Amino acid sequence: MAMEKRVVFKSAWLPYVLLLPQLTITALFFFWPAAQAVYFSFQLQDAFGMTSQFVWFQNYVDLFKDSHYVSSFKVTAFFSVMVATCGILISLMLATMADSVVRGALAYKTFLIWPYAVAPAIAGVLWAFIFAPSIGIVTYFLKQFGIDWNWIINSEQAMLLVVIASVWKQISYNFLFFLAGLQSIPKSLIEAAAIDGAGPFRRFWTIVFPLLSPTTFFLLVMNIIYSFFDTFGVIDATTQGGPGDATKILVYKVYYDGVKAADLGGSSAQSVILMAIVITLTVIQFRYIERRVQY
Amino acid sequence: MVENRPYRDFFAHAVLITGVLLVAFPLWVTFVASTLTFDQIVTVPMPLWPGDHFFENYKQVLTAGSEKGSSAPVGTMLVNSLIMALSIAIGKISISILSAFAIVYFRFPGRSFFFWSVFVTLMLPVEVRIIPTFKVAADLGILDSHVGLAMPLIASATATFLFRQFFMTIPDELAEAARIDGAGPIRFFIDVVLPLSKTHMAALFVILFIYGWNQYLWPLLITASESMYTVVIGIKRMIAGGDASNEWHLIMATAMLALMPPALVVVLMQKWFVKGLVETEK
Repeated sequence: MAMEKRVVFKSAWLPYVLLLPQLTITALFFFWPAAQAVYFSFQLQDAFGMTSQFVWFQNYVDLFKDSHYVSSFKVTAFFSVMVATCGILISLMLATMADSVVRGALAYKTFLIWPYAVAPAIAGVLWAFIFAPSIGIVTYFLKQFGIDWNWIINSEQAMLLVVIASVWKQISYNFLFFLAGLQSIPKSLIEAAAIDGAGPFRRFWTIVFPLLSPTTFFLLVMNIIYSFFDTFGVIDATTQGGPGDATKILVYKVYYDGVKAADLGGSSAQSVILMAIVITLTVIQFRYIERRVQY
Repeated sequence: MVENRPYRDFFAHAVLITGVLLVAFPLWVTFVASTLTFDQIVTVPMPLWPGDHFFENYKQVLTAGSEKGSSAPVGTMLVNSLIMALSIAIGKISISILSAFAIVYFRFPGRSFFFWSVFVTLMLPVEVRIIPTFKVAADLGILDSHVGLAMPLIASATATFLFRQFFMTIPDELAEAARIDGAGPIRFFIDVVLPLSKTHMAALFVILFIYGWNQYLWPLLITASESMYTVVIGIKRMIAGGDASNEWHLIMATAMLALMPPALVVVLMQKWFVKGLVETEK
């Protein structure tokens, strides 16, 4: 942190008093629970939680031997790649169009950003309703085309449903960042390319897209984090991880094993692994931003 | 525009209108369903034009919840959601602005340690530490209360950062002038820093209000009595079983009530919303 104030105030106690509320809450609800998660992950508890035993890495070893956990990793990877890719492509397309129109840009923006305000769980309920196997309106239309839609028993359709609901909610977020990115590209660059005879597609791929790459990278990381954690509500309100384990992403499994199955050690070990994943993603993000600032 | 090509403009509008319609489709279906009767919805295909049961359905859920599932009135849930969203937004802004002020305007032992300890909380979403956090809340005796709903979620690294970045841009001359005039740090904070921070507070407020209103996992864990449900988890409790037996007309009315307040905040305070979103994430 290079930036420092030249003019500062002097007080031996005031800064600590000002920091106290933030630090108390951080310590109580962040550091202590995180430390506990690490501690529990090395413990094996009996079914009633009465006695526990220190077992080193046994919980971790068990996890990676467990085919359900490995499959949850694969499900999460597929899910987050789908959510990130679809969300980014659709939003990029919409943002490029919104940036190019002269009239109505503000109206389009307003009508595209409101899903940001919808809770993931509510988004799940909305899409579960229109895709409901027996009464859903989209299910009905699909049946007219000969497609039998039932996400309650069909794994692929269940996955598709949670991807659609999650992407729908995230489009507004991506759209706003892409639009801001597009509007910061100097129009003179595009005009110069047009004078040189480059068509719209050529201009997009050789000028606009490379200049948007920091935004795209940022959104990629944010979308992965979103699909790892925030989509818990989408899953819980729709498939609850099913059918089978088809949509049981990692965070859902932490919740399921810890709350429903009361496996404290196993669930904590999963929490620690998730924390490691988030920390890695955040570090990558910051590294990248630092590098970008340097030139 | 660079060149004037009517067909390109037409194409852009066509794509945008399709996008707007597809994005709005679930909302329209939800709204329509919330104005129908149960029988109208389960008669496939359901109508796509609003019916005349708007007032009945909304009155039913607001005052008495659903008929077969949870009977907790949605009116109470909306109040709980509002309390939670406001406490989180105001709480986060208050504790963050104080700590950012301490970090920027003072030199004291342990300053960078405190700074980094707030910073790393960025990396710990509530979802990964639910069970230990639940234990802490249980030990403090704040389960199933408004305090328990809001307090664990009000520590915020992002808000602290945003205020820190902003304070760095306040000219040093202001602090110097204040010091020469004999004003202490508290005076300076109240008379100079707070008024200058208004726009940042407004932008953050919009983002944090939505964040608080939409919380799901945490309220799901710590609320036990129906009188403490927030609307987002209340709706989940109404979904009892098979898809033809759910009272979709009431569930959809509740869904509208759950999504309208934050959606209105986004649409009506669009300027602050965009500013808050883009700045907190950078």
